[in-house]
Amino acid sequence: MRKINTPLDLNLIKSLKAGQEFSLSGTIYTARDQAHKRLVEAINTCKCLPIQLKGAVIYYCGPTQTLKGKVIGSCGPTTSSRMDEFTPLLLDNGLKVMIGKGGRSKEVKAAIKKYQGVYFITYAGCGALLAKYVKAAKVVAYRDLGPEAILKLEVKDFPLIVAIDANGGSIYG
Amino acid sequence: MRKIEAAKITQAVIRLVRQASFFLRSDVLFVLRKSYAAEKNKQAKKILKAILDNAAYAAKQKLAICQDTGLPIVFMQIGQDVVIGGDLKVAINKGVEEGYKKYHLRNSVVSDPLTRGKSKFTPCIIHTDIVRGSKIKITLLPKGFGCENKSQLKMFKPTAGIDEIKEFIVKAVKDAGPDACPPYVVGVGIGGTADYAGTMAKKALLRKISKNNSKLEKDLLKKINKTGIGTMGLGGVNTALAVHIQTYPTHIAGLPVSVNISCHALRSASVTL
Repeated sequence: MRKINTPLDLNLIKSLKAGQEFSLSGTIYTARDQAHKRLVEAINTCKCLPIQLKGAVIYYCGPTQTLKGKVIGSCGPTTSSRMDEFTPLLLDNGLKVMIGKGGRSKEVKAAIKKYQGVYFITYAGCGALLAKYVKAAKVVAYRDLGPEAILKLEVKDFPLIVAIDANGGSIYG
Repeated sequence: MRKIEAAKITQAVIRLVRQASFFLRSDVLFVLRKSYAAEKNKQAKKILKAILDNAAYAAKQKLAICQDTGLPIVFMQIGQDVVIGGDLKVAINKGVEEGYKKYHLRNSVVSDPLTRGKSKFTPCIIHTDIVRGSKIKITLLPKGFGCENKSQLKMFKPTAGIDEIKEFIVKAVKDAGPDACPPYVVGVGIGGTADYAGTMAKKALLRKISKNNSKLEKDLLKKINKTGIGTMGLGGVNTALAVHIQTYPTHIAGLPVSVNISCHALRSASVTL
């Protein structure tokens, strides 16, 4: 597996092809349903985004609680399609990379091409195993959302498969 | 009459939480190993390996198999000669909450489906059956919601043919597609009422996966595995691990069919007191 690091260079993103496998190191942010709803509200109202979206990597994930002495609990991907209605606006505001599981809507596929982003999938239903690749985790926004808070994660060699690429390619056809 | 104290039930539920969340069912592991051996698609095979590694790692580290530790569903078979010392529902919910806290699982329950609110550990959903005898059997099924979201119900006409029903079940799996962590275990309830078919579909997931399947189940499994969805949607021969069907008598005017899909991380545990 080829190693890649955040922030992902635009030329690198453009070169990615659906089906290719990578291992990612660097900074990523968790965000799922309610955090997406709030991010979109923030963009539409106060512009007070709690994280810098420009060039960001968002991982659709809500981990289990962290055991004492550990970095994070079980932390696999959640179903990406629930985030579809929010995704085009986030891409318009600079988001480049998404990690989750499963398919995306036509609109998201088109937006990924338009904004030159990429959608990766990772090992679905393997939350315990994926915890191995997370080296640091910290709540950075929406703490009141509990498991849906936004966490800043430092990952090392996190396994990814390109599911939808910037040229309109998709493993789902 | 035999008396069972509510506190004993709470302790039993705590143990079930641990068992179900950290240790994948042996029948599920067995069929996953078989699927791994049979898979020719390289990428799908790699993911099946990761799924098996994940189960081993979760058991070793006492980490949840999946971060979605589910909406806890508790099935109870209560012997009619049992007297419970205390409040049964309180005892079960206490066991769920204490277990989930003790083992650092996820608080995935919101108290109001519309206003949502703060995530909590309970309430769980409790199904009770009254049976003969003086024992209580408790089964915990922590149901992940990625796959629960793919549930389907169709009220067929009583004149519907078996092919229409098969088509509906296969279509439900196709609609789930790569989203809900295939390879799936497909629970199907046929007959009863709309709600009863739904409960049967869910209970069908509790049946041990084995070679003892009906002709209809075998036929459906074959059809589902020909859809090409495959492990994590990457193709290959493993879209489902099993199809389990439960049936019940129904009304002359109807034929309810409910499909309840489980992800490959099908977790449940039982104990008899």
